[in-house]
Amino acid sequence: MKAFEYTEPRTESDAVALLSEQPGHTEILAGGTDLVGLMKKMIIKPERVVNIMEIQSLQNIEQLEDGSVVIGAAVTLDEILAFPYMENYPAVTDAILGINSMQLQSQGTIGGEICQRPRCWFFRNGTGLLDDKQVVEGDNRYHAILGNTGAAKYVSGSRIGPALIALGAQVRLVGPNDQEQIIPVAEFFRTPRSEHHRETVLDSNQLLTHLILPAKQSATNATYEVRHGAGPEYPLAAAAAELEMDANGIVRKASVVMGQVAPTPWVSAEAVQVLVGKPVTPEVAEAAGRAAVAPATPLSQNEYKVQMSMVAVKRAILRAAGLETGGF
Amino acid sequence: MAQVEDKQAQGPQGPYSWPSRKDSKVIGKNHERMDGIEKSTGAAKYTYDVNLKNQLIAKALGSPHAHCRINGIDTTAAEKVPGVVDVHILPHAEAGSEIKWQGELLAIVSAESEGAAAEGVDALKVDYEVLESFTSDSDLKGAEEAGVTARGGGKVETVNEPGDDDDEDEWVDAEIERLFKESKHVVEGYYGIDAITHCCLEPHGSTVAWEGDKLKAYLSTQNVSGTDEGFANDLEISADSVDVECTYIGGGFGSKFAPDYWGIAAARISKRTGRPVKLMLSRDQELKLGGNRPSGYLQVKLGANADGVVQVWDSHHWGTSGVSGSGVSHTVVPYVLVPPNYRRKATAVRTNLVRARAWRAPNHPQACAITQTAIDDLAATMGKDSYDVFMANLVNANNEKADVYAEEMKIGAKLIDWKAKWHPHGKGERNGSIVEGLGMALHTWGGVANTSECTVKIHPDGGVSSFCGTQDIGSGTKTVCAMVLAETLGLSTNQVTVNYGSSTYPFSGASGGSTTVGAVSESHRRAATDALTVLKGKVAEKIGADAGTLVASDGRIHVAGNKDKGLGWKEACGLLGLKPLEITRGHTRGDASPLSNSGVGGVQMAHVCVDLDTGVVKMKEFVAVQDQGLVINPVTCKSQIYGAVIMGIAAALYEQRIADPATGALLNAELADYQLARLGDIGDIKIELYEPESERQRGVIGNGEPPAISPVAAISNAVANAIGARVSTAPYTPQRVLEALKNA
Repeated sequence: MKAFEYTEPRTESDAVALLSEQPGHTEILAGGTDLVGLMKKMIIKPERVVNIMEIQSLQNIEQLEDGSVVIGAAVTLDEILAFPYMENYPAVTDAILGINSMQLQSQGTIGGEICQRPRCWFFRNGTGLLDDKQVVEGDNRYHAILGNTGAAKYVSGSRIGPALIALGAQVRLVGPNDQEQIIPVAEFFRTPRSEHHRETVLDSNQLLTHLILPAKQSATNATYEVRHGAGPEYPLAAAAAELEMDANGIVRKASVVMGQVAPTPWVSAEAVQVLVGKPVTPEVAEAAGRAAVAPATPLSQNEYKVQMSMVAVKRAILRAAGLETGGF
Repeated sequence: MAQVEDKQAQGPQGPYSWPSRKDSKVIGKNHERMDGIEKSTGAAKYTYDVNLKNQLIAKALGSPHAHCRINGIDTTAAEKVPGVVDVHILPHAEAGSEIKWQGELLAIVSAESEGAAAEGVDALKVDYEVLESFTSDSDLKGAEEAGVTARGGGKVETVNEPGDDDDEDEWVDAEIERLFKESKHVVEGYYGIDAITHCCLEPHGSTVAWEGDKLKAYLSTQNVSGTDEGFANDLEISADSVDVECTYIGGGFGSKFAPDYWGIAAARISKRTGRPVKLMLSRDQELKLGGNRPSGYLQVKLGANADGVVQVWDSHHWGTSGVSGSGVSHTVVPYVLVPPNYRRKATAVRTNLVRARAWRAPNHPQACAITQTAIDDLAATMGKDSYDVFMANLVNANNEKADVYAEEMKIGAKLIDWKAKWHPHGKGERNGSIVEGLGMALHTWGGVANTSECTVKIHPDGGVSSFCGTQDIGSGTKTVCAMVLAETLGLSTNQVTVNYGSSTYPFSGASGGSTTVGAVSESHRRAATDALTVLKGKVAEKIGADAGTLVASDGRIHVAGNKDKGLGWKEACGLLGLKPLEITRGHTRGDASPLSNSGVGGVQMAHVCVDLDTGVVKMKEFVAVQDQGLVINPVTCKSQIYGAVIMGIAAALYEQRIADPATGALLNAELADYQLARLGDIGDIKIELYEPESERQRGVIGNGEPPAISPVAAISNAVANAIGARVSTAPYTPQRVLEALKNA
């Protein structure tokens, strides 16, 4: 790890003032479960680290009067699990439980989870994130099957991101200076065009402060991950679904977002098109899964992820509808 | 001066024996691990925990390329990093050197702090010339085209023999062809097992310090008594000038027998700087360099008679143990079940990967995985129960253990309820997308007692201590030593102090090959027995009894059958006068002994579930039946088997060293990326120690490695039974299961 200046601001504005507009100069430290490893391997070498864990406003999780839930970026994942008003957001809690690591759940924060860097092994071994030649010619078994025609062929690291998008969640960003904006999570993730860009729209002089989950009247949402084992390894495929059904169980509105398939969480309009107007059955869910992966363009070694992602979508939909998913 | 008795009491084997099962007070009874509390509370000091006053922290730069030439290393910037004290270029990385695998250490930076050392490493500027690399070890055709193959040995054995005028090769071709034609059932298959890495939780490394011309090395090692010489040879000093110490080790599995070149470099840096140096490999260096198990891929055709007994085997296998080629030895192919006619051929594939190191039961797990899967496919072809086909093939067991295997199979089948659960391959009940299956495999290993010496000291105040240059690699060796001493001297284990883990103690061999439990049982039993004989003589004189009638039990030395006629332990020891009694005894590997033996077997069975939609395999149940002669401590013996089985499950379903086909870079050399089995992945493991009197009479035999052999084959067979298709190559990942289903 390279020596760096360590700062511990107490307010959001103090934190923003410490951030640099120069990419790579400053890193934000929350739980540190991702940042510290990357710094130890010298993949990133900030001059300054801004610890945001002492900023009180980022520590709160509360349900507002309108029923929405606001979660500070520094709230840990297990604090979210313990929060009593999460029952209508199983898509979020499913994804947190799927992390399967007490350490990561108790140390990792929600802000860090959605800002984490990709697991791409080329990136993690220091050979860059956007050198697509190394991915095309190399071992790409865990890489993208959708949205992979450009230089970015890694998959988005966030496991909660698909659920947040499916639920219509928003994030609050502050900086530079006193600027503040609230944007949908769907617009937060982006595919970078150069190594200087990150995988989100968060600029290097901006701070993610809060996550806002919209009020929900029912728990008809879910996340399903296809995991190789029972450890904290990242899933091989994942999907989150939210359904709005009428009294007859007919889907009136839906949102389906896949994880581990593209450089961002991948919103599937194709799956929604299959679902809307139909009751949720295993056959309909499977058809939605097939529609979701129809545009897939697998690389040389990850064809298997097409089938797996289809199953993830199918099972996320079934789970959101309260039906048996099958599998283990 | 201690009283020294250095002659054997009687003959080469002396009066040595083990007490009967009935007479044993300590041996054969469960005894908790004596260092369990230290280990579970963190009080145990591992090599990584050793920090010496004024020490430098050293970190190394590894080659990012699998094959390159070093045109030069510019150390200027590194030397200027505040806190950096020394920059050491390794001899094999001098300008002009060719580096043949990724991760090979090139230079070492020693600094006042870990951070400064890391910054120093980052500041090294290396001029690399990248050369072509080859790491695709399973790709035989590619290897041949790249010119990196070599003959890896082979053998032909036939019942019939060629005539004097026959061309031998032509005759063998014709004879094997004839045998296949005669066979009622013929199976052709391809089976593989990828290389895995040792993943020692405590990386390789040491902290070293010079005191004058003497080197003190705190080394994470499985070979305390032998590594002093390892240091001495390279540093051109005498072994007497090196003290190696290792009380606790965080995993070795066959990879930690030597100081390694980075340990030698640390000693040189320490000498040059006059300061202690601590150099432990980083996690990625540990996974890249610290040890790996060779891969193996096999193409086979076998023929069996109507009963499913294999009569002829014709195989070609290949794989790599890295830059030196070789791979899985042909001598264990086919594995244990060797038919009367066979032709086996091995090809070594030279790759740009670091040399392999011994991994629990070298060659056996791979050989088992790539050959006993073919036996199971024979059962599938015949539509017969795999259990029956394995049982029938025990006539081919090459180690005279067919009867033991048969008994172990019966026990295993009962434990897993084989007959009730088994179904023909791919024909089981389907619950949604979930199918289940059973598989089995069997194994063998040596487990001979290594050479070991032990000094037992009995003090006039009743204190007992032993000194032995062995090591406890986590298997419970310390506990075994204490149990043997306690049993022999009629004491409890808390009345003896076991000293080990220092090369200043009497020599004891490396812990490799499952040789330690036999080794230390031999040396401790012998030394304690002979010390007791001396003590009995003094007691006999004192109480006016025949020394031959005396026994030691329950803290007394007394006439057998008459507890009152004798002395308490402390009182007896008081007869020694002012000087402690000190006796050194040992055993030499390979010498016949009534206390130890070699040759074990085991049978394992797996019950798995497979999700046909995702390809995910989940362990449901695993049964391991294992023989190992006389068991000193059943609880740590079982622990060994649990550990071995868990490692086997990991190798079957999760573990894989992944080298990038394009660059040769090791892509998953971090524990975050290198998948291992977790508690939630291992299912219910049942263990049965097979120890009838016939086994117990054989004496102590090591069991550290053998239970790690069968899991991959047993799980592969269970997966094949579940899905009705063979997933050819371990690990049986969801990707490979889906691909096998697609191609079925």
